[in-house]
Amino acid sequence: MKMDIEKVARLARLELSDEEMEAFSRQLGKILEYMEQLNWVDTSEVEPTSHTLSVFNVFREDEIRDSFPQEEVLGIAPEEEEGHFRVPRIID
Amino acid sequence: MEIHSLTIHQLHQLLVERKVTSREATESLFRRIREVEGKVKAYLHLTEEEAYAQAEKVDRKILKGEPIGELAGIPIGLKDILCTKGVRTTCASKILENYVPFYDATVVKKLREAHAVFLGKLNMDEFAMGSSTENSGFQITHNPWDLKRVPGGSSGGSAAAVSADECIAALGTDTGGSIRQPASCCGVVGLKPTYGRVSRYGLVAFASSLDQIGPITKDVEDCAILLNAISGYDPFDSTSVNIEVPNYKRFLINDVKGIRMGIPDEYFIEGLHPDVERSVKEAIELFAKWGAEIKQVSLPHTEYAVAIYYIIATAEASSNLARYDGVKYGFRSDRYRDLMEMYTQTRARGFGKEVKRRIILGTYVLSAGYYEAYYRKASQVRTLMRRDFEEVFKEVDVIVAPTSPTPAFGIGEKIEDPLQMYLSDIHTIPVNLAGIPAISVPCGFSNENLPIGLQIMGRPFEEGMLLRVAYTFETNTDFHLKKPNLT
Repeated sequence: MKMDIEKVARLARLELSDEEMEAFSRQLGKILEYMEQLNWVDTSEVEPTSHTLSVFNVFREDEIRDSFPQEEVLGIAPEEEEGHFRVPRIID
Repeated sequence: MEIHSLTIHQLHQLLVERKVTSREATESLFRRIREVEGKVKAYLHLTEEEAYAQAEKVDRKILKGEPIGELAGIPIGLKDILCTKGVRTTCASKILENYVPFYDATVVKKLREAHAVFLGKLNMDEFAMGSSTENSGFQITHNPWDLKRVPGGSSGGSAAAVSADECIAALGTDTGGSIRQPASCCGVVGLKPTYGRVSRYGLVAFASSLDQIGPITKDVEDCAILLNAISGYDPFDSTSVNIEVPNYKRFLINDVKGIRMGIPDEYFIEGLHPDVERSVKEAIELFAKWGAEIKQVSLPHTEYAVAIYYIIATAEASSNLARYDGVKYGFRSDRYRDLMEMYTQTRARGFGKEVKRRIILGTYVLSAGYYEAYYRKASQVRTLMRRDFEEVFKEVDVIVAPTSPTPAFGIGEKIEDPLQMYLSDIHTIPVNLAGIPAISVPCGFSNENLPIGLQIMGRPFEEGMLLRVAYTFETNTDFHLKKPNLT
């Protein structure tokens, strides 16, 4: 399976250099080829594992609890303004 | 004996008997660190001031005649993937180079409450992705047994520090072998608990269905002590299990009579280094001599482990690492014209090669049109792998095998061939996929005097059985007493 690396990089919000694209294309091609062997395993009627534990629907009581103070959270932000995380314009 | 070469239980004895203070012990460790760090480079940052403050607090308790716990005043190292309040936590990544958490991971909180002394944060492969610690965004850690070789990974800093006596014990994390393999490479003990045994709150997530925190120590008793301290249900981690934590020290029994040990065919195939095969087979013969029942077993889906893992772990990682976007914390690129570029530039410049490679792979296997073929298929084969273990554990109590197919390899040897690097995890990965516990203990040395590790795997929540088998082995051998010659 040949990967459309440019498309995947865009999905992953990663910018790759031409050199990285070429190297990754080669290396990931080999890795994906290695993974083809899974196609030989008969998995008809086998449930996928998403969790090794049998814990389901872990809820807590709907009670108000303390959260982190706003100053602490904003204190480590790259850019902050009036109690908000400042980012480039999102909507034109 | 130098203080820095002591174990937790030995140092605790001296503290209780007032033969040494925690301050003196902490000073001894920092002296040792200054002496050998130039060669080993295990630490990313040291927290000397805080350590002395913690140590002095314990010394005051002792002087007042207050009873102290086993970890009180003991200098410990923490893998830099565990959030420590007020102390930089980088995951060895440039994207978190300046990240200072405002909260402690639950395991850190527990160790703080036990009055342990924190020496500093230990080097690792970036975001725990790697088997050699060469993927650290900051420095390479060297194996204390041969400085030209890797300490293993991703908890290479932790294992090297324990091996070099740069801390009395350490915490590491294990997603595909990252505690056990470096422990094996560095000649120390490393245990990966059952998934859900230890809270992951405050552990920076790599692959959420596989990650676990665990002890890396000089002997099995220390391993039990740390496991006692970090285990337990945590309401902040919905994957932590509400099962009672036994006193793991009760399992430090020197007796394996009647214990059924499975030796899996698939772990003794081509590619196994002859010295590793020899040491592990000798260990099995010893167990037989001591009364264990040895049985040949089969885990037929072992050959698919690496393929399954690198689909599932990378998929989960691509999701977990999506949060590193420069918005709320960490590195933000200063070169962007719009939001999209802020994301792509921040991530392109902040992440290392291996991390990018895995994010790309993980994104691909989850993307539309490929999810069924890769992720779903891998999850199904994962079920078959878990069933292999369930079947075998009906016949035996533990499974014994090598931890790693080879001793520590050379720095630079595998870094250019990712697939070769991934294949070195073949013995450790199945354990994470099945969620079961496993421990690695030193069991010999190669002809080049490199440590070899023996892996013991057990049923879910039977860490006690692992400790008993490991303790018996250790009590009757002396591999764990050998130290690397660093000075």
